[in-house]
Amino acid sequence: MARKFGDRAAMSQPMVSIRGLKKSYGPTQALKGVDFEVPKGQVVGFLGPNGAGKSTTMKVLAGYVLADEGVATVAGIAVGPDSVEARKRIGYLPENNPIAEDMMVLDFLRFVAEVRGVPKAQRRARLQAAIERCGLGGVLGKDIGQLSKGYRQRVGLAQAILHEPDLLILDEPTSGLDPNQIVEIRKLITELGREKTVILSTHILSEVENTCQRVLIINDGRLVADGAPEALRKGEGTVTVVVASRVGVNVEADKVRAVLEGVPGVTRVEPSEGEGGGSLGFALRYQAEDPRRGVFEAAVKHDLLLLEMRHQQVSLEDTFRKLTARAEVRP
Amino acid sequence: MNGSLAIARRELSAFFNSPIAYIVLCGFLLVAGWLYFSTLFLGGQASLRGFFSIAPVLFVVFAPAVTMRLIAEEKKAGSLELLLTWPLEEWQVVLGKFAAALGLVAVGLAFTLPYAFTVSSLTAQPGTFDWGPVVGGYLGLTLMAASFLAVGLWASAVSKNQIVAFIAGLLLCFALYFVDKVAPLFPDAIGGLLQYLSVDYHFENVARGVLDTRDLLFYASLTTGALLLTTRTLAAARR
Repeated sequence: MARKFGDRAAMSQPMVSIRGLKKSYGPTQALKGVDFEVPKGQVVGFLGPNGAGKSTTMKVLAGYVLADEGVATVAGIAVGPDSVEARKRIGYLPENNPIAEDMMVLDFLRFVAEVRGVPKAQRRARLQAAIERCGLGGVLGKDIGQLSKGYRQRVGLAQAILHEPDLLILDEPTSGLDPNQIVEIRKLITELGREKTVILSTHILSEVENTCQRVLIINDGRLVADGAPEALRKGEGTVTVVVASRVGVNVEADKVRAVLEGVPGVTRVEPSEGEGGGSLGFALRYQAEDPRRGVFEAAVKHDLLLLEMRHQQVSLEDTFRKLTARAEVRP
Repeated sequence: MNGSLAIARRELSAFFNSPIAYIVLCGFLLVAGWLYFSTLFLGGQASLRGFFSIAPVLFVVFAPAVTMRLIAEEKKAGSLELLLTWPLEEWQVVLGKFAAALGLVAVGLAFTLPYAFTVSSLTAQPGTFDWGPVVGGYLGLTLMAASFLAVGLWASAVSKNQIVAFIAGLLLCFALYFVDKVAPLFPDAIGGLLQYLSVDYHFENVARGVLDTRDLLFYASLTTGALLLTTRTLAAARR
């Protein structure tokens, strides 16, 4: 009965809820009040420059570090000094994946299953599932210390999913891997994200665009952005156009510029490199509305030849840099 | 409890999968053997008294050697982070590690049992060997080892560095061993207190074959106290 009730309660409540989280290490304030919620089943990417508070937030959520102020809950259970119940629902892959070097892969996973309290009857099946999922079948008899970084990371992931947790916290799961390994681990995370709530931190912005439904950007201990990767670009961008006149007609830069400035949606026009031979180049900035149709129509109306039109959306990198730039100027 | 058991099993296998256990055990048995033989023939008596009188010094060195890496290494390697995010209470971790250390010492002690059997066969008339002091001696050694290991474990929790953990543990254990040796220099009241605080003083009582609750209580409280302190120190790593 109690169980059923708990399940129903879990449906309505978010998997992760963080309210007013503050944490200082000595004189440095790592978190200055972080608030967010993650609903069940979402894959969230955590971005931020080094030292912004990503890892600290994850450490608090995983139950490793205690927050000075604020509340963090996982599936409605507070993560705090006595957080054993909350920790049972979490799979955690710490940064740099510090796992026992001296143990064989299989021994280590068995040990984790035991420590995690996976019931004896299910242990075999769970081990098998995790091993298969992370592709560890070929290295079970090897010492973890001998493994390549990619395999080590897989062992770390296997360790985190053994007990079938509701929430996976992965701190920089792809750092230090080669491009092939990154693709593999990313695939694995995407797969896991279909059934679990995942919070992952990364430095690679394209990773967030590929694997996450939502991005949180943290800077200087505070959350500065929260939204879908597409939304964070906010529809901004640049359209580069190269125009020329019909044969025999002179194009005047000022006139063309005025025409382009009149196109709906364009917020700024800057001259750029033309292609020579009487052609002119412009870079059009826009904020919300894509002006390409307008540019074409204006060109037709004013008898201009459109030689080239190139569209460039603002990348997540640009957004990231803009939001976190202040921290880098600081000493 | 299951968590402690898992930790204990993992630590024991870590001991025996690395050279540490063998080096510590070999060292222990070499010195113990030398102590045994060098005292046996001097006394001309079929007893282990000579061995038991010096054995405590042995543990002052070997107990911190066994415990030095148990927590310090996890701190240094960063695996403490993983350990503390598993659904275990801190005391379960401490208890598991302590049990593994005690297990290793028990193996070492078991290897000295042949001495007892050789000595018992040296009596003039067979069957007259007095087993009381031997059983008491082994019980005393185990109790003393437990308290030294608990103290050594705390030293390991305090430092990130195994060498520092070893030396700190060694000094603490030595102080606990040595404290009654200076008792005669002090007035009776203080001398009595120092004697009570001495691990060696209580060991002598137990090794004589006299089981006194005061001695047992002393070892139990020293061991428990040190383990509780270790638990607190470990929990402080979350700050």
